[in-house]
Amino acid sequence: MYHTGNLVKDLAEKHGRKRESLMPILQDIVRKYNYLTDEAMVEVATELDISAAEVYGTASFYTFLDTVPRGKNVIRVCKTITCSMKGKIDIINAIEDTLRIKVGETTPDRMFTLLETNCIGWCHKAPAILINDMPYTDLTPESVVDIIKDYMRR
Amino acid sequence: MENKGLNKVDLIFEKIDAKSTLEKAFAMTNDQIIQQVLESGLKGRGGAGFPTGLKWKYTAAEKDPDKYIVCNADEGEPGTFKDREILDKAAYKVYGGMAIAGKAMGARKGYIYLRGEYSFLLPQLYMELYKFHKLISDIGYDFNIEYRMGSGAYICGEESALFESIEGFRGEPRNKPPYPTTSGLFAKPTSINNVETLVTAMMIIEKGADHYVKLGTKDSRGSKVFSISGDTPIPGIFELELGMTVQEFVNAFGDGDTKAVQVGGASGFCVPRKKFAETIIGFEGVPTGGSMKLFNSSRSMYNVLHNYLDFFAEESCGQCTPCRVGCQQLLKGVEMVKKGDAKSAYLTELVKLADTMKIASKCGLGQSVGNAFKSIVENFREEVIY
Repeated sequence: MYHTGNLVKDLAEKHGRKRESLMPILQDIVRKYNYLTDEAMVEVATELDISAAEVYGTASFYTFLDTVPRGKNVIRVCKTITCSMKGKIDIINAIEDTLRIKVGETTPDRMFTLLETNCIGWCHKAPAILINDMPYTDLTPESVVDIIKDYMRR
Repeated sequence: MENKGLNKVDLIFEKIDAKSTLEKAFAMTNDQIIQQVLESGLKGRGGAGFPTGLKWKYTAAEKDPDKYIVCNADEGEPGTFKDREILDKAAYKVYGGMAIAGKAMGARKGYIYLRGEYSFLLPQLYMELYKFHKLISDIGYDFNIEYRMGSGAYICGEESALFESIEGFRGEPRNKPPYPTTSGLFAKPTSINNVETLVTAMMIIEKGADHYVKLGTKDSRGSKVFSISGDTPIPGIFELELGMTVQEFVNAFGDGDTKAVQVGGASGFCVPRKKFAETIIGFEGVPTGGSMKLFNSSRSMYNVLHNYLDFFAEESCGQCTPCRVGCQQLLKGVEMVKKGDAKSAYLTELVKLADTMKIASKCGLGQSVGNAFKSIVENFREEVIY
């Protein structure tokens, strides 16, 4: 849970209050808090003068607009064919062992969520992952653990 | 069959003076620009291959004072990553291509829909955009571009789903007609072009259509940026002249043990070794948006097929039944055959289902699931069954 304070109002000022403002507003909320709470979606609905069901209906269509709690750092491991051929499973095992969570779970301290995702466009440097917006490529089980540990120190 | 062999080209990433190309374009009449693009034979580089000049011509013919040029940068096809490289290395040419398209059609406003997975590029893209807007106003022309971001939905690469997403809705494809050229973004006449198409169009204006038609074959003019991955010692991004055979491609990029090449990503075609020599990469053979995946004999084609079907079952928007249910049933079906819970003849039923999806699905996603499905099942039946 988080409290958006003035964020939704500020974002509506920034992006406008039309229907086409909806995606940029939701994306900015997710960028800051990593997922959308019911309260945040209701606030957005009020600002844009549309029903909360419309906001939820739109958000729930998009994989990156999460409506369930996510950690501060969302790790998405590419599972499409080339990454899968080039050792995705070893990358997932290494992350699971380091964070002691399974795919789909969030660490108890809410620092990391581990997910799988479809092709992220780095097949020539597979296996690849995204941590929040940042891609990491040409991974080995060792290098991915180093990267995760680096995020732990932040 | 025309065969050009394998030739490297440097058109897309070649450094040019954007100002002089834009001034050249703005000095031309709208008809002249469209005529150049028509004569070049350029077809859309996103994969579908609609003639770019025609798209511009239809949009230009609309009377509505508000029109849009939209750049489709929702590059989500598995195995495609060339648009990211183009935006990374030559964004100024993407912007330039949009301005030229806008001028030719009478659109003063452009949108770039960039997939969320490429958000990390935004700071540098905005810096380039700032320079571009300054250049355009220095030339004394009025044209503005805005970015809109995707949020992880493959289907938003479909043009009408992309419009829905920009408008703030679920990315569900619309019925066609009306086509985007008459009613696209915000129900206004819209030309939507792939990143590479726009850069190519700018290069056609720069070099002239007569220069461009020297490249490629009658059905597939020009060159193409290929995204090459899988079992290859040199994965990466290569610009090649169109008109080579799969065999020539494999000779250059294979690891000596290539048994199949998936051309055009998960929605494309699987070419087995025995057909390498006779298959041309292009619109006369196997078309591609650039995705080229090589598989060597250590790979199970069942795993490849399963991975693709899993992808489609997740990415189908769920709006129309043939695609929503079809993707799930194809996936379930091959799993049953593999486990022995269904007879191998069941694959024939699944092929019929894929054919039905091609006819009955609302958009390109459901219509093209059968491409990979049929070409893998027909060419690697044993691997799928046993």
